[in-house]
Amino acid sequence: MSKFSKKKSGELPPVSTASLPDIVFMLLFFFMTVTVMKDSSLKVENVLPNANEIKKLEKKDRVIYIYVGKPTQEYQKVFGTESKIQLNDKFANPSDVGDYILAERAKKSQELQNVLTTALKVDKNANMGLISDIKQELRKVNALKVNYTTYEGDAFRNLQ
Amino acid sequence: MARRAGAPEVNAGSMADIAFLLLIFFLVTTTIETDAGLDRMLPPIEPPDTDVVIKQKNIFQVNINKNGQLLADEELIDLKQLRAKATAFLDNGGDGSCTYCKGRKNSDSSDNPTKAIISLKNDRETKYGTYITVQNELVGAYNDLRNREAQRLFGRDFTDMEAEYLNPETAQSIKDDLKDKVKRIQDLFPQKLSEAETSSSN
Repeated sequence: MSKFSKKKSGELPPVSTASLPDIVFMLLFFFMTVTVMKDSSLKVENVLPNANEIKKLEKKDRVIYIYVGKPTQEYQKVFGTESKIQLNDKFANPSDVGDYILAERAKKSQELQNVLTTALKVDKNANMGLISDIKQELRKVNALKVNYTTYEGDAFRNLQ
Repeated sequence: MARRAGAPEVNAGSMADIAFLLLIFFLVTTTIETDAGLDRMLPPIEPPDTDVVIKQKNIFQVNINKNGQLLADEELIDLKQLRAKATAFLDNGGDGSCTYCKGRKNSDSSDNPTKAIISLKNDRETKYGTYITVQNELVGAYNDLRNREAQRLFGRDFTDMEAEYLNPETAQSIKDDLKDKVKRIQDLFPQKLSEAETSSSN
């Protein structure tokens, strides 16, 4: 008789958590595939201006980044408060830009070398003088496709 | 009786914990962002072989000084008026050869959108933010006109078509179809934006 009374104990069976690892793994794989590890830390202030007539920069393997802005607090003692160029992990002069572009271009595979874009990530308080120096250097090495990277927003907010 | 039990089950209860740990790590390090910005082509450094003579009326001069003030066609204007002024200049169609223009056909302004050039000059001390705003407004003027024509010819916005064309996920057959359309609109209002060097005097 005891055989039957066990089954009729009336308690609900516990919810099975066996599929929990599967769900978590699914999320895990999603984040693993979309993750891009940051390869260079910023040493300059980089508040981009806003613009609304923008195009998306697809295909990250075809982009070379150049950062411009005031050195951050910890570097200001050494490098001053004037706007500086950052290439990879170090500060540079406008004359180094050409060599940097050529070196980066050489790293890319053959078929990508002609379709590279240079993304200029420039702080909105930087002066145009430095930017036009960079543009001049880019023209010298024939890297003519540039993208002024911006945030999406009202362009007139830049003026305040 | 012991045979029926089979191999003992491995306790997989901690698998979820391990997976969670990894999940949280990747969650924290992820930055899902696609950069966006204004695309520009710089002029090649070699000077063109022949000197091209451009009529003064086909050039729309935009000067930005170091205080962020704007001089467009020798007139001090506010940044908010720039888009309308540039649109009027591009859409003018002064010599009547432009069939799709809706401008005022002023004979002192540009002859044809394909001949109209916008020339941008700035001071070395101009703020980058101001420069981007001006660039944005000029690109906006072109996009407005191109959208208008695209709406008339194909019933949808040019910017929308271009975005779909550039999207790598779009199917090839759609891309081929869009390519001709995008090209056609671009030819109606070609983007001729010349940037003088900041240091030059003229």
